[in-house]
Amino acid sequence: MTTGLIQNWTGNITDIGPMYPFVGSEVFLVIIGVAFWIIWHIWQTKMENEAYREDTETYGDRESLTSILIDRTKVGGK
Amino acid sequence: MDTEIGALTVLFTEYYYWTMVVFMFLIHVGFCVYEVAASRQKNMMHTLMKNTMCIPVVSVSFFFFGWWLYFALPNGPGITGGLVAAPFATPWSELMGTHMGGNPVSAALTADDTMAWSRLNGVFWAAFLLFSWTAASIVSGAAIERIRSSAFWILAMLLGSVLWIIDAAWGWHPEGWMVRLLGYHDAYASGVIHAIAGGFALGVLLNLGPRIGKFKADGTPRDIVPHNPWLVTIGLFIIFVGFWGFYAACNIPMWDIQAGDGVFYSATNIYLAPTTLSAITFNFIMSFSGGLMSAYIVSKGDAFWTYSGGLAGIIAASAGNDLYHPIQAMLIGAIGVVFAYKMHYWVERKFKLDDAVGAVAVHGYTGFFGVVVAGFMLWGYPSSPNPEFAHINPLGNFVGAVIMFFVLGFIPGWVLARIFKALGMLRIPERVELMGLDIAEYHGRYLSEEDVAQAELEEARAAGLVK
Repeated sequence: MTTGLIQNWTGNITDIGPMYPFVGSEVFLVIIGVAFWIIWHIWQTKMENEAYREDTETYGDRESLTSILIDRTKVGGK
Repeated sequence: MDTEIGALTVLFTEYYYWTMVVFMFLIHVGFCVYEVAASRQKNMMHTLMKNTMCIPVVSVSFFFFGWWLYFALPNGPGITGGLVAAPFATPWSELMGTHMGGNPVSAALTADDTMAWSRLNGVFWAAFLLFSWTAASIVSGAAIERIRSSAFWILAMLLGSVLWIIDAAWGWHPEGWMVRLLGYHDAYASGVIHAIAGGFALGVLLNLGPRIGKFKADGTPRDIVPHNPWLVTIGLFIIFVGFWGFYAACNIPMWDIQAGDGVFYSATNIYLAPTTLSAITFNFIMSFSGGLMSAYIVSKGDAFWTYSGGLAGIIAASAGNDLYHPIQAMLIGAIGVVFAYKMHYWVERKFKLDDAVGAVAVHGYTGFFGVVVAGFMLWGYPSSPNPEFAHINPLGNFVGAVIMFFVLGFIPGWVLARIFKALGMLRIPERVELMGLDIAEYHGRYLSEEDVAQAELEEARAAGLVK
């Protein structure tokens, strides 16, 4: 059982080409990789929208927002 | 790899780029430090994450298609020819993975392909990728404290893995059509990185709008000061260090430049035309110095602008820093900074543009300036070792600067930001901007600290240590 094309390092080095496992699966790997990348963007956008919704609900009412902004106008306020 | 000089050339080049990539990483470190320090405390962690996560987003997209674009598009396509085959740069190529350089498995590759690219593909890819990060990071700073990360990361990907690499194929490639037809010369990327990123940032900012409170009712701008001015300067110092690597990575370190019979090895610029590392070391430092000195005077000793002026001085001279005399580089850097400084404040007042870190000025206007100046200063020089290519000339470099700043920078940046804006995906909600992007993190941290302090008190009481 071997996952790669290399059986040993004692032959002619110039015969050694690709060294990663599962040579021949490159197109499949690209499809998986692109899907991972695109899904990440979709997932992240949903997470971000949810975070803004929660922030607005928790701290965005008139009273809380007023308190936050007035606090920042004081010396040392952030 | 089977002759001593061949192996030496390949292994030295491989190691050279590997080292330069490490140096260039510091550019992104510096940008992160700089942006975090320039933002207000209420937005620090969001600012940090926004710029940090553009690293993987740009990297994976650059692996999937950015690298291939560079080799496929030097003809336009459709201007000086069609698409160029680049089987070593497709994401499914065996040469985009670990490879010893022996005979290829894929029929699309030859033994010459594997011999040439097995040790250089990854380090070349990374060197170009780090330029992609830089381009994206330039936009990141301009848009802090109000752009949505989701929008920024897609914009960063499009700039870093599509637009800049198209401009590199056109004007920063030995066979690029802009070099061939226009005599375009931009050795250290005044236009191909800085002008395009500055132009792109300008297009985004016009749609994004200023931060709340930036402008008074009569339109007068307020200065939103960095929460940590000292750290801003440290960030810029780190960028300067990384910029050394950026410069060195713009060279081919060892190449036979002798036409016809005979052999003569030298460093070359990206167009494979001769230069020396010694020359660019002179000019890097002298243009840096000219920029610092000029910025100090024009800003009346303001630390932020003096440091930024050092960066702008290098950018102003970069297009021709392979060939300038060091004193020329110093003077061009000094003049370029005055241009950038004046333009920044004129645009800010005229168009109510909130460029939080001066990125459009330092990179965009100065990059444009640098390309145009190189067209005059190097008028008549060969743009390439190929004698059939146009020579460097003012009109060619001016057209090139317009392509970089406007055609591939400003217009796509404006259009893409406009689309995001229309979808309501460009800017953070107004209430979140007011309360601060880190509000949940801060609030959660304070709750946690309070909880732990209460637990300590209770345990101390239980142990009889306190009342």
